[in-house]
Amino acid sequence: MSFIAKPKITHPGLPRNEIGLTVRDYEGSMSTLCAGCGHDSVSSAIMQAYFELSIEPHRVAKVSGIGCSSKTPTYFLGGAHGFNSVHGRMPSIATGANAANRELQYIGVSGDGDSLSIGLGQFAHAIRRNVNMIYMLENNGVYGLTKGQFSASADKGSKAKKGAANAYSPIDPVLLAISLGCTFVARSFSGDKDQLVPLIKSAISHSGFALLDVISPCVTFNDHEGSTKSYAHTREHMRETVFADYIGAHEEILTRVEPGEARQVTMHDGSRVSFRHVDESYDPTDRIAAISYIEKHRAEGAVVTGLLYVEESSEDMHSTLGSAPQAMSDIPYQKLNPGADALKKIQSRWK
Amino acid sequence: MPDNRVNDFVIKVANVNGTGSASANGLLMKSIFRMGIPVVGKNFFPSNIQGLPTWYEIRVTKDGYTCRTGSTDIMVAMNAETYADDLKELPPGGVLLYDSTWPRKDLLQREDVTVIGIPFSAMCNKAFDSARAKVLMKNVAYVGALVALLDIEMEVVENLLKETFASKQHLMDSNMQAISMGYDYAMEHFDCPLNCRLERMDKTDGYVMVDGNTTAGLGSVYAGATVVSWYPITPSTSLIDAYSLFCKQLRTDKDDNDEPVNNYCVIQAEDELAAIGMVLGANWNGARAFTSTSGPGISLMSEFLGLAYYAEIPAVIFDVQRVGPSTGMPTRTQQCDITAAAYASHGDTRHVLLFPADPTECFEMALNAFDLAERLQTPVIVLSDLDIGMNDWMIPEITWDESYQPDRGKVYDAEALRDMDKFYRYLDVDGDAIPWRTLPGVDPRGAYFVRGSGHNQYGGYTEKSDEYQEVLDRLRRKSDTAATLAPAPVIEKGADIGAETNWAVISIGSCHGAIVEARDRLAADNVAFDYLRIKAFPFDPSVAEFIHRFDRVFVVEQNRDAQLRQMLSNELEIDPAKLIPLLSYDGMPVGSDFIVNALSAETAQQQTANAS
Repeated sequence: MSFIAKPKITHPGLPRNEIGLTVRDYEGSMSTLCAGCGHDSVSSAIMQAYFELSIEPHRVAKVSGIGCSSKTPTYFLGGAHGFNSVHGRMPSIATGANAANRELQYIGVSGDGDSLSIGLGQFAHAIRRNVNMIYMLENNGVYGLTKGQFSASADKGSKAKKGAANAYSPIDPVLLAISLGCTFVARSFSGDKDQLVPLIKSAISHSGFALLDVISPCVTFNDHEGSTKSYAHTREHMRETVFADYIGAHEEILTRVEPGEARQVTMHDGSRVSFRHVDESYDPTDRIAAISYIEKHRAEGAVVTGLLYVEESSEDMHSTLGSAPQAMSDIPYQKLNPGADALKKIQSRWK
Repeated sequence: MPDNRVNDFVIKVANVNGTGSASANGLLMKSIFRMGIPVVGKNFFPSNIQGLPTWYEIRVTKDGYTCRTGSTDIMVAMNAETYADDLKELPPGGVLLYDSTWPRKDLLQREDVTVIGIPFSAMCNKAFDSARAKVLMKNVAYVGALVALLDIEMEVVENLLKETFASKQHLMDSNMQAISMGYDYAMEHFDCPLNCRLERMDKTDGYVMVDGNTTAGLGSVYAGATVVSWYPITPSTSLIDAYSLFCKQLRTDKDDNDEPVNNYCVIQAEDELAAIGMVLGANWNGARAFTSTSGPGISLMSEFLGLAYYAEIPAVIFDVQRVGPSTGMPTRTQQCDITAAAYASHGDTRHVLLFPADPTECFEMALNAFDLAERLQTPVIVLSDLDIGMNDWMIPEITWDESYQPDRGKVYDAEALRDMDKFYRYLDVDGDAIPWRTLPGVDPRGAYFVRGSGHNQYGGYTEKSDEYQEVLDRLRRKSDTAATLAPAPVIEKGADIGAETNWAVISIGSCHGAIVEARDRLAADNVAFDYLRIKAFPFDPSVAEFIHRFDRVFVVEQNRDAQLRQMLSNELEIDPAKLIPLLSYDGMPVGSDFIVNALSAETAQQQTANAS
């Protein structure tokens, strides 16, 4: 970690977004993670995405579980409320928070230990409910805070720092999520901000549960020769399948993808995601094809990245439950209290 | 049997689970209630859907007691499997009503009870065609027999059936047919009515019959709760069912397309860990949210409860207690989660508990719980139990005070935050050990980070000993504030017997009814005692003052380890020798016989000691 506090002076020439904020307004406190940690790059991409979307930081709620990745919500969006909960239970906090106020944006940050071991149940059920949130799974294959034990995402045969090979087959969060009916599934790499920022922006626009599995190497415990989650290994084996460009609802198309070349998907809020198919045959709206494509490449040792699956007609938890359009927390008590006459009427049935 | 048992006896129906006996027993009890006679209904059911033995006990109590006595006067033995035990349970002079289609073995006959045999099965097999009706109507037929034997007003029964089967004439007809069969047979073959019989009274006017889970669910609606997350578990499930049903009836609007718009959100969670997590997320975000569970759920929720205590997040948890440990006897009652709930979680935690005694208090304490949780910014656990939650109680009609406004506690709004230099989450600015909080989405100046890791009074992460201790010590002081805000104990003076008594009774929750009756029964023998009923933990200072006034205090509760007594002793630093445990933990709701016998034995012993 770095011990020098960030200077509070903002350069007058820094670009401002539509609501007049600079990217500095999306920062949090100093990171206490190891220098070079992939998670810090992810935090930086998150700040960039919210900045570019001109979302007021306090309209975002940040939630996390326990672990290195779960510490990161303090390092971005200092103007937002944050909730660092207990190990593996962030999805339930996010679900309850979303139930109370559907009008805020929710970002959950978790790791492979938090999501795929202790929290696998809650991860799966938040997907089933299609809670409207983005779920960043910062995936490094190890438990960092407890000094380098394998996690459930570690590949079979991947080597620990002292050389021991992992004996168990991995849980792939992307495949798991697609099979559970997740309505937005992407994979990226902390070292590829060009890919990551538009993916986060697309995820924010999605109405429903958006999973971003981000390979985010642990420089201290899992960045050595023989590890399949190191920077070098990820760079070498990463295979970008679909590049997703985010186009805001009222934005001109100025992205690196020309319309006509690419297929577009319209998101719930009117924004569009434009796919550049690096692999011509890939269709990110075809669930079965996506699973088989990812499985096939996994068998070959390739890490398929990009927006891998999206369901355009996604209905989030509140739509399924038939909730009122406003936040539950904003409904005045007057409307919630049935009053004395109703109580009398109910009790007449108890006689 | 004593001659005069008008409106004062106990009927117990032994039956087979899943045969429709619940509606027959409901009909029987409601009929007595509508004759203006106070009743108590207790359902002793198995952890099973069909086939295991089940009992329903109806106490007719002209004096309006709310508890069991512990004894039976009339046994309706409809289950061959438990027949021998059921017969054994009858005291000399009791009445046995049984299905004489299959004659009982000689060895099971008793000379000291009145035996009434009616061939219910044979009659129903003959009268009804479908296999299901043959089974169901047998139960309705014994109600018919009791109408004759107890002198129940037929018109009342008929009206109840009409209300139930308003739109199903054929069911009305078959039910009335079964009633008549039982009635006619009894009238023809036996001397009706029995000594145990009914006479119309006017003591149920202004009363209703309801269970505590229903009133707790309804109280949560009136408290303005909007988010519920829960995991199914007996005996708490019906609390959520009630909340959901009332919300559907009272909290649903229609949109432009005539589709329902729900001003509430009920989420069935994947387990209790998630249920409490959602409740915390929702409360953190400004909604009134709650969950309902039983002992095993409290165990699973403990980690999150510790976080909520330390991070100061409001939450309401209803724990409808059942028999533990482990799965225990999930359909039987106990007060066995008192210490588990009070100190749930690792580290130094102590939670606010409320102890309702009946369905009236389930309603009232639902409101108390939400107000206290938000005022104190901490979890509040309402410790109900299966007896209160699932049995039918006669309570005065609940009235609603239209002036009620929820106490949302100390929350800075956007305006307050704008006028502030800086907001610090855990500062004790008012000296009551309760800090101010802010809600997400309101204003960036209110932003703070909730964490279960060490934090200082400013809300920042800390590993500094003094900063950590400062927050922990304030939490301890907050507990003292809680004791002053929670419902105060109820102290009732003993009857005037012309002399001071040097002993007293303390109890909680559903023991109340049995203690009230025991006091009246003992007063007749010139035994009197003061009685304090605890309604909340942390204990109000008056609890210690009360105990100090006496030489000995009996602590009545329904668990093996005298959990309330332990807490009184530990929390109030009272010599345990002074606190005498009176424990009923067989899974049955405690009856007045138990209290009378235990206190009589103790006082007799004391009198002997004094005399010698």
